[in-house]
Amino acid sequence: MSLAEALAPASEAEAAEAVRDGGPFEIVGGGARLALGRPVEAAPLSTLRLDAVTLYEPQALTLVAGAGARLDAIEAMLAAEGQRLPFEPMDPRPLLGSDGPLTLGGVAATNASGPRRIQAGACRDSLIGVRLVDGRGTVLKNGGRVMKNVTGYDLVKLMCGAYGVLGLLTEVAFKLQPIPETSATLVLRGLDEARAIAALSMALGSPFDVTGAAHAAGETLARIEGFEASVAYRAAELRKALAAFGEAEIVMDDPARWAAVRDATPLAGAQGAVWRLSLRPSDGPKAVAALREAGAAQDALYDWGGGLVWLLTPEDGDAGAAAIRAEVSRRGGHATLFRAGQATRRAVAPFHPEPAPVAALSAGLRAKFDPAGKLNPGRMAP
Amino acid sequence: MRMPTPDPDILARRSAVAARLRAVLPEDAVIDASEELVAYECDALSAYRCPPLAVVLPRSTAEVASALRVCWEEGVPVVPRGSGTSLAGGALPTADSVILGVARLNRVLETSLEDRVIRVQTGVTNISVTQAVQSDGFFYAPDPSSQLACAIAGNIAMNSGGAHCLKYGVTTNNLLGVTFVTMQGEVMEIGGAHLDAPGLDLLGVICGSEGQLGVVTEATLRILAAPEGARPILFGFETSAVAGACVADIIRAGVIPVALEFMDGPAIRVCEEFAQAGYPLNAGALLIVEVEGSPAEIDDQLARIRAIAAGHAPLAVREAATPEEAAAIWLGRKSAFGAMGQISDYMCLDGTIPVGALPEVLSRIEALSAQYGLGVANIFHAGDGNMHPLIMFDANKPGDLEKCEAFGADILRLCVEVGGCLTGEHGVGVEKRELMTAQFTADDMTAQMAVKDVFDPKWLLNPGKVFPLATVEGHRMAAE
Ligand SMILES: Cc1cc2nc3c(=O)[nH]c(=O)nc-3n(C[C@H](O)[C@H](O)[C@H](O)COP(=O)(O)OP(=O)(O)OC[C@H]3O[C@@H](n4cnc5c(N)ncnc54)[C@H](O)[C@@H]3O)c2cc1C
Repeated sequence: MSLAEALAPASEAEAAEAVRDGGPFEIVGGGARLALGRPVEAAPLSTLRLDAVTLYEPQALTLVAGAGARLDAIEAMLAAEGQRLPFEPMDPRPLLGSDGPLTLGGVAATNASGPRRIQAGACRDSLIGVRLVDGRGTVLKNGGRVMKNVTGYDLVKLMCGAYGVLGLLTEVAFKLQPIPETSATLVLRGLDEARAIAALSMALGSPFDVTGAAHAAGETLARIEGFEASVAYRAAELRKALAAFGEAEIVMDDPARWAAVRDATPLAGAQGAVWRLSLRPSDGPKAVAALREAGAAQDALYDWGGGLVWLLTPEDGDAGAAAIRAEVSRRGGHATLFRAGQATRRAVAPFHPEPAPVAALSAGLRAKFDPAGKLNPGRMAP
Repeated sequence: MRMPTPDPDILARRSAVAARLRAVLPEDAVIDASEELVAYECDALSAYRCPPLAVVLPRSTAEVASALRVCWEEGVPVVPRGSGTSLAGGALPTADSVILGVARLNRVLETSLEDRVIRVQTGVTNISVTQAVQSDGFFYAPDPSSQLACAIAGNIAMNSGGAHCLKYGVTTNNLLGVTFVTMQGEVMEIGGAHLDAPGLDLLGVICGSEGQLGVVTEATLRILAAPEGARPILFGFETSAVAGACVADIIRAGVIPVALEFMDGPAIRVCEEFAQAGYPLNAGALLIVEVEGSPAEIDDQLARIRAIAAGHAPLAVREAATPEEAAAIWLGRKSAFGAMGQISDYMCLDGTIPVGALPEVLSRIEALSAQYGLGVANIFHAGDGNMHPLIMFDANKPGDLEKCEAFGADILRLCVEVGGCLTGEHGVGVEKRELMTAQFTADDMTAQMAVKDVFDPKWLLNPGKVFPLATVEGHRMAAE
């Protein structure tokens, strides 16, 4: 069935009824992230009509909107008030070669977080409330619209990054942040990967409140944001602190450079599979070096001060899965197969296999929230 | 308040259970002499007390696992305990439960400035985490007022906050990994020194689960580079509504201070009397705003904040020129609980409201105060909406505690009614358990209880907390 013919409930109640009476479904926002995880074979259920802005209070830094709300429209609305989502959600379309609008629900369901994650937290840290329909068709809510809330268990975090397997998100609430007056990026060139990450560690260990720390395409980047005078001061101080790593160029307001880091666009045109490694930052270059030696790494980009590595590998066989997972597991991290063809994503578990006792808890939760396997069946685990 | 009825069969087996615990733990790690159990009969919600069946104080994760396995096999409930500073009765025992205290798990295991993480056993106090890294210019951000005493274990279980969470977030935003032991005694690692989860965010649901899903024995925490400096400014305003409007304007202007604290007239007077901090006694409300950075950055931000406040006709403005003056500004706020304790018995509430609802909520609290005939002072983390009304009562006067609790419940229901919640940082515990129905539908609670079913299928961990007793009984009955 094509997306155009997808069931598209116009309200939460209709969504609940659809799940209660039908399924299994593949939950679809704009369709830009459908190639993440294991392929799902089920009829599409679209959130696109659940797109209303329920509440926007700039003076409280709070937004509540339907899961189908378009990210670009929301970002424009927030920008008009000088605000934004703090976590810089990734746009996966360049890398995946997908299209379709990004939705807030898709962002939340995949915990999509960009460079600012190291300073402002991930999507899961800004998500303060959800409404959802579980696999039985029951409407649930958790969290709310206030920033500080410890009432009952935190199912908001559980839903964030659950790829829809625990529930169909219908409404999401975010805490926001003001858009700073300006930003500066320090650019160091010619560092090898280990030196680059050491430079970023030093930057992140400084008092200058770095909001982006990346190494890509031969450039090592550290971003500072805030009021003009403060940014000028901190950029100059940080440059001094990093002198041992070379003379940093200071570039003002350069959103394109950070969008490229956020979306891993330098890898977008390259042939092959793309992995997303999550590691202790200082382990990033070590893991990559070992994988290069083993022939399982062609190119690497580093974000989050080294803690997030985008790795390009040849897509033959297991696309490097065995080697990558062994290396990353040994270091206590994990690896997600982010981009690969359907056949590869069927043969290789895209999500890092969990140790048995943890996997049992995850499976137990899926069985509770979606006992009949109606929502994105198989997306995270078979 | 009702607690689950102790199982007479377990009470009768006390010495057998203690003997089995002694068989797997060092001799000094098991306490069952009644004169020693008294020390564990309550937490900081001391109106409710009950000595446990026994107490175990393990020194390692392996010992925690052994103790839990025995209790699992014996069907004995377990109440995890950190430092016992919960204000919600989160660590309150039942007579048939074993208290599992983590106080002896008190080592810092690893510090990595390069990766900006610290690994600790969870019995360490909150303050000791910052102390372990501050000479290197780092700190651990969540800073509950109880930080000298409370343990990381309790902070994780309650997802505790602090004065600086407006900028740095609460515990869950600064927690990267845990070693976690299930009721069955199974040990697992969830998360680590990396920044996101490989699959479902189990760490996210463990944090804030009030000791009902498992026992956390170790934790990996984010540490941050300390700012160059910080400085507070104090404003007195005519009324609470004016102060509230000033807060909204500060946030709208794109300035996010690290702390934005509010006190109403009664709170100002109580704190001033106690601390002699020089608070403006003529003000109806007071704001303490703290910003961080280099001296020039601080000057710049404070100038912006002063300019905004000037539009609200402040009755008093005091910017700290020296560290001593900064300390004096904070002294009153930080001694609020102590100050209140000097003049009256009091109950501290912890609801959150949307910040815009402040004037309405304060005037309705005032009306309720008149209706109940009990005084109330309000302290408020104004940036994030977390309110701490302190209700004064007389514990020696029959019926006053009950009246105070009814008043408190009305305030918390009001918080929910205006779009907020029952608890912003102290947790539900036993205290707010029966109010959960004001915020959640039966389905909402069933979904949360389903998580408990998965982690703790026999519901042995920390019984009688978080969910209304009858709701749990119904849920458990339906499952059988
Ligand atoms: C004067 C005062 C000021 C306070 N100020 C603040 C404040 O500013 N912000 C704030 O958020 N709170 C505050 N609190 C509340 C309290 O300090 C926090 O809730 C704190 O986190 C409790 O820590 P604890 O170690 O004392 O835990 P305990 O009281 O021992 O236990 C709290 C809960 O954690 C569970 N638990 C304990 N250890 C474990 C473990 N190892 N594994 C799993 N579960 C466990 C317990 O079962 C219980 O449910 C204050 C309390 C007081 C008395």
